[in-house]
Amino acid sequence: MNQIIKKQILNPTVTLMEIDAPMIAKKAEPGQFIILRVDENGERIPLTIADYNREKGTVTIIFQIVGASTEALNHLNTGDYIQDFAGPLGKATETEGLKKVAVVGGGVGCAIAYPVAKKLHEQGCEVHSIVGFRNKDLVILEEEFKNASSKLVLMTDDGSYGEKGLVTDALKALIEDGNQYDTVITIGPLIMMKFVCSLTKTYGVKTIASMNPIMIDGTGMCGGCRLSVGGKTKFACVDGPDFEGFEIDFDEAIARSSIYKPFELKAHETLCNLYKMEVK
Amino acid sequence: MDVLKRIPVREQDPEVRSHNFSEVCLGYNMEEAMEEASRCLKCKNAKCITGCPVSIDIPEFIKEVEAGNIESASKVIGQYSALPAVCGRVCPQESQCEERCIRGIKGEPVSIGKLERFVADWSRENHIKPEIPSVKNGKKVAVIGSGPAGLTCAGDLAKMGYEVTIFEALHEPGGVLVYGIPEFRLPKDTVVKTEIENVKALGVKIETNVVIGKSTTIDELMEEEGFDAVFVGSGAGLPKFMGIPGENANGVFSANEYLTRSNLMKAFDESYDTPIAAGKKVAVVGGGNVAMDAARTALRLGAEVYIVYRRSEEELPARVEEVHHAKEEGIIFKLLTNPKEILVDENGWVKGMICVEMELGEPDASGRRRPVEKSDSEFELEVDTVIMSLGTSPNPLISSTTRGLDINKYRCIIANEENGQTTKEGVFAGGDAVTGAATVILAMGAGKAAAKGIDEYLKNK
Ligand SMILES: Cc1cc2nc3c(=O)[nH]c(=O)nc-3n(C[C@H](O)[C@H](O)[C@H](O)COP(=O)(O)OP(=O)(O)OC[C@H]3O[C@@H](n4cnc5c(N)ncnc54)[C@H](O)[C@@H]3O)c2cc1C
Ligand SMILES: Cc1cc2nc3c(=O)[nH]c(=O)nc-3n(C[C@H](O)[C@H](O)[C@H](O)COP(=O)(O)OP(=O)(O)OC[C@H]3O[C@@H](n4cnc5c(N)ncnc54)[C@H](O)[C@@H]3O)c2cc1C
Ligand code: SF4
Ligand code: SF4
Ligand code: FES
Ligand SMILES: [Mg+2]
Repeated sequence: MNQIIKKQILNPTVTLMEIDAPMIAKKAEPGQFIILRVDENGERIPLTIADYNREKGTVTIIFQIVGASTEALNHLNTGDYIQDFAGPLGKATETEGLKKVAVVGGGVGCAIAYPVAKKLHEQGCEVHSIVGFRNKDLVILEEEFKNASSKLVLMTDDGSYGEKGLVTDALKALIEDGNQYDTVITIGPLIMMKFVCSLTKTYGVKTIASMNPIMIDGTGMCGGCRLSVGGKTKFACVDGPDFEGFEIDFDEAIARSSIYKPFELKAHETLCNLYKMEVK
Repeated sequence: MDVLKRIPVREQDPEVRSHNFSEVCLGYNMEEAMEEASRCLKCKNAKCITGCPVSIDIPEFIKEVEAGNIESASKVIGQYSALPAVCGRVCPQESQCEERCIRGIKGEPVSIGKLERFVADWSRENHIKPEIPSVKNGKKVAVIGSGPAGLTCAGDLAKMGYEVTIFEALHEPGGVLVYGIPEFRLPKDTVVKTEIENVKALGVKIETNVVIGKSTTIDELMEEEGFDAVFVGSGAGLPKFMGIPGENANGVFSANEYLTRSNLMKAFDESYDTPIAAGKKVAVVGGGNVAMDAARTALRLGAEVYIVYRRSEEELPARVEEVHHAKEEGIIFKLLTNPKEILVDENGWVKGMICVEMELGEPDASGRRRPVEKSDSEFELEVDTVIMSLGTSPNPLISSTTRGLDINKYRCIIANEENGQTTKEGVFAGGDAVTGAATVILAMGAGKAAAKGIDEYLKNK
């Protein structure tokens, strides 16, 4: 059982929690994740370690409320306990030797991108962050990204904040402007990462995508998180979550992410009904 | 009573049980157990003992059963095994203790496994607890993994006075006993939990949600956390796939995933959150215990189920009892059949599987006749779900993060069979992590041997 030290609502659908987890805080590196279970009947869900404090022994998670488990997690408050909290899992993002990097985040993927940008920045790398959101209300971590980047481009789909357009538009403009990146690191919805990769491929800029397939154990035991990378089967939880973007079969990954859609919709509905009843 | 015949064990009717997850075998009652026990000749030179990897004094405990002294019988077994209710259920008895039983020469061997199970169940129901060790020697041992190897090693060391902590990656201890073997063969809340509680009662601490190699490493446990020795019982959990087209389609699962969702995450029970895509027509590829478990799970979740296996019935590696139960329940066996390709519909879901018929050719290195494809025998099996059950290998998480811990070409940890010693001083290993996927009782045997090995090592240090 791990205690929630702090809870902060970042926007109507995204919440930040700081969790007491000294063993994980001691080891965590950007790019790694934890797996948690909200309660005894809960599913195991993976969330990226958005930040960590080794002295305090805490790790921060930032999650979007998309279904039953994230909804249930969001119903916990400061002082409450999370049933299970295991990590740090997966390989850390490789940052060594990088001099100039574009970090491209979309939506809640920005929470995953942020610790990577921060680490690169601390290492003295020139970081250009491009972060995209659907609209102004959904913007998160703007200050944090500002502090961790030499350049920040904030995009919204509807132009209600920052620049209007997609992250790929901004990335294209920066590359066209003559910025030569050692690597582009992209984290966000699968479809966004797919388009980032097809853009950077035309320019031949090495691209790393952080993948988020459905996981259970996170230890390489179930094979549920498998992806095709360069024609080979890889397990994202132990071989990743970062992979060479041009090698990933995104269409397969997109199909696989929908395996449990009907169950997920029903579970979310049931849970919402339950909470309404409690409110009454 | 015909002494050549066993007392039959009561089972749930196949028609009924194929729709529920309750245990198939109901076990003996006191009367039946005492009667079966009377068939044992209490041999002086008991061959059965030589067939048991942990050398349980079989005639001794059976003698107590025959006299109705079940608590004494339980003490006898307790000297050798920490998990009798588990072994009595899942040991391949027919090829171990019971295979060597003298009674088996003329008639049916004594039902040693069913008697062991009866003793263990009776003890649980009557709240018989193991004796708690009183002396502590102040030395600390870490055990990685809480499967049968780890639990046995930990229990034995605790009895010798060591302070033992088990580190388990998952949220629930038990290893394959909780995530792999289904409820209908091995009830979790009653049987597995109780046996784990018994190990804890000996003073063993279990820390779940700790992934060694990630959360911390063996080197750190020894250098910073003050553990004097480490036992690695991390199993062989990494699933294999065939590498055929369509294998990553929606609706193709490893047996580990399918079984983990159902067993560990209890997806079959509505009150748990984890979903399972059960399937309507399911092909399970493989012929071992794991394949039978996946098939019978899918059946209980409402599917029509095929076992697709490339050799013939004779070579099926699963226990005879499991194959028999599977058939009774209506699993369809497609033997001498091998998958070639999984067909995928426009949404990325499985819509069928192309198979080819096989025939047996010359014997191969394993001594079994090698299956070869029959020409022009391709056919399509109409299924919406495929479960791959092709075996597993040890996970590299530990070997790749521990200095000086060597593995062989199958990625198994190299360890001395007698005492579990690995290539790294103070580190011992056993169970599936060393042998590759094997059996519960062999893992327990290895855990026992390593406990002795660790004790000797620490006494001489
Ligand atoms: C390595 C990794 C890191 C992640 N980091 C973050 C993060 O920092 N913040 C964040 O908001 N989200 C993150 N996710 C996604 C997050 O795990 C899912 O949003 C969450 O599991 C949804 O659960 P639910 O029950 O609320 O929603 P559901 O309604 O059950 O599912 C909604 C969608 O989430 C995905 N999903 C469902 N179950 C799982 C699962 N067990 N594992 C992975 N994806 C699943 C599926 O695509 C599904 O369609 C990460 C995923 C991975 C694999
Ligand atoms: C579906 C199925 C059915 C089976 N049926 C039978 C049967 O009928 N009879 C029989 O005798 N055998 C059967 N077996 C085989 C038997 O279960 C195994 O041989 C036995 O469980 C091996 O025991 P073990 O302790 O070595 O490993 P496991 O039981 O695999 O336990 C290993 C444990 O270590 C944990 N672990 C792994 N890596 C780490 C890490 N890095 N840090 C911390 N913890 C870690 C795992 O989570 C797991 O809990 C079956 C196996 C399966 C999968
Ligand atoms: S532990 Fe297994 S092999 Fe040993 S006596 Fe019991 S059933 Fe037989
Ligand atoms: S060999 Fe058979 S008859 Fe003899 S002691 Fe063992 S179980 Fe009894
Ligand atoms: S989540 Fe099970 S193997 Fe990756
Ligand atoms: Mg969910």
